[in-house]
Amino acid sequence: MPLLTVTDLRTWFHTRSGVYRAVDGISFAIERGETLGIVGESGSGKSVTCYSLMGLVPQPPGRIESGTAVFDGTDLLHCTPREARAIRGKRVAMIFQDPMTSLNPYLRISEQLIEPLLIHEPVSRRDALARGVAMLEAVGVNDAANRIHSYPHEFSGGMRQRVMIAMALITRPELLIADEPTTALDVTVQAQILELIKRLQRELDMAVIFITHDLGVVSGLCDRVQVMYAGRIVETGDTRTLFRSPRHPYTRALQRSIPSLQAKGAALFTIPGLPPDLSQPIQGCAFAPRCEHASAMCLAGTPALAESEPGHAHACVRAQAGEI
Amino acid sequence: MPNPILELTDVKTHFPVLSGFVRRRQVGTVKAVDGVTLAVERGEVLGLVGESGCGKSTLARTIMQLVPTTAGTVALNGRNLSACSPAELMQARRDLQMVFQDPYASLNPRLTVHATLAEPLRVHRVCPPGQIDARVAELMRLVGLSPGFLRKYPHEFSGGQRQRIAIARALALEPKVIIADEPVSALDVSIQAQVLNLLSELCRRMHLALIFIAHDLSVVKHISDRVAVMYLGKIVELGPAVEVIERPRHPYTRALVSAIPTPNPEIERTRQRIVLAGDPPSPLNPPAGCAFHPRCPFAQDRCRAAAPPLAADGPVREVACVRRDEI
Repeated sequence: MPLLTVTDLRTWFHTRSGVYRAVDGISFAIERGETLGIVGESGSGKSVTCYSLMGLVPQPPGRIESGTAVFDGTDLLHCTPREARAIRGKRVAMIFQDPMTSLNPYLRISEQLIEPLLIHEPVSRRDALARGVAMLEAVGVNDAANRIHSYPHEFSGGMRQRVMIAMALITRPELLIADEPTTALDVTVQAQILELIKRLQRELDMAVIFITHDLGVVSGLCDRVQVMYAGRIVETGDTRTLFRSPRHPYTRALQRSIPSLQAKGAALFTIPGLPPDLSQPIQGCAFAPRCEHASAMCLAGTPALAESEPGHAHACVRAQAGEI
Repeated sequence: MPNPILELTDVKTHFPVLSGFVRRRQVGTVKAVDGVTLAVERGEVLGLVGESGCGKSTLARTIMQLVPTTAGTVALNGRNLSACSPAELMQARRDLQMVFQDPYASLNPRLTVHATLAEPLRVHRVCPPGQIDARVAELMRLVGLSPGFLRKYPHEFSGGQRQRIAIARALALEPKVIIADEPVSALDVSIQAQVLNLLSELCRRMHLALIFIAHDLSVVKHISDRVAVMYLGKIVELGPAVEVIERPRHPYTRALVSAIPTPNPEIERTRQRIVLAGDPPSPLNPPAGCAFHPRCPFAQDRCRAAAPPLAADGPVREVACVRRDEI
């Protein structure tokens, strides 16, 4: 049985200028110990998906219109606040994109780091602090026993992201949600953080949902990938299969627009136009207006995910019909 | 190099670090740019890469004369900019324009696109007032936007469109050199490709020299003719883009290249990755000798003794590493 099963999740934002369908009917599952990559551009709904699971969507204006997210027998979207508190922050943890703004600048690292332990486990402050120091050492902070008493501004960006990771993992969660954890960091520091997440995942045998827009990061880290566009999953599959033979035109276009895969000197492949306005109802396939293969059948109905081979599914009617 | 358009000779930009509330005393110096010698030819694209804090943005600001030069000369078309009077500098800046990283912050939200693009034309009186409208419309077409958008405000555009407006503003005075400071870092992959194509096409067509600052090596390799790698205020490697990135000589360039994740799972899972330990050192208190030695896997005693100069390595490349032939 999967660790987490999300079924038909819809998170809409009811604003003065209309209803934004940020996440519009997505379903996926993740097994214990597995790494799932969620790829998409800004506004594709990848972060809102995870915020919905963590109960971080501001309501109002946000509203979870439908769906269930069953984590080990408990529906995270419909359980009581008490049940949710026992899971969030303990069995499911999250790290955020910007380590500069997600730590409280007024509190010492020690206070923030051991807070989840004090809340979720019957430990004394002293034991919690000892575990905090051990965790900081595990994520590669030198001189942890002293540095745990520093304030966030005394740490560099990469070090702060290590603190965030330590904070998320201190309760030994079964599922870690990482929302673009390396986007704000330099490539050399990114490489360190990715190695760290891989190592800790093996040690703790946790499942990881890794949100990113960088296909390079996904290819080295994730077992499975799902590509999101305009609030829906357009393609999902095993990482190797998806990179070797992408079927959906959006995935193909994304892959072709990365500079490193291009011949130097040639113009880069570009996707014409802009992502759709999510406050307007979308007729048919959301990618059709930018798609080079679009035809009348693409606008007829919203394409559903269908498997083209076991474990590899995509939502393109023309590819499903074998036309492209 | 014959007749470069922009020539930097041993440029240093140091910032004093002050302490004390009533009596300010200097307690140190940040050597943000520390001895950079570089020449850019007409029509050439030079990529400048390095981690945050290595001084690449300060170098850009020094070239623009937005911060005072501590030592050395910045010469544009043979004229030393740091010795210019303010009036001469204003004249010189017609040939030297900049595109910034964040298109959300670099455009004035209270000005329409028309006002943004017309301002440099008015300030420098490059065309008669009657022709400004036509010139502005031409600039919009040049960067692939419809002149119908001219009455709109920046907030009505997407990130990629705003960056096009910023590029149009930089092109308004027909400069000879453009400095682009991380122009695509804030954009999504598909939009990034559009802006990169536009920049390289404009450079080719208008014979512009472009200094392209980025931390993404794959983007730099794609767009640049030559690449300069910076570490802690100094250039550590310089040469043709493809050679430097495919066959890096300096250990820092090697680590940088190896840190880029490749979007190919077959290669990505099997290759050996050099993971550097630690963060870049503080420019306030740089290590003695080669600044990279505390993180370098090949460091020896002589690396700690003296800072290696940037020395020729073959006909077209330069590397600042004493052990370059041994590793």
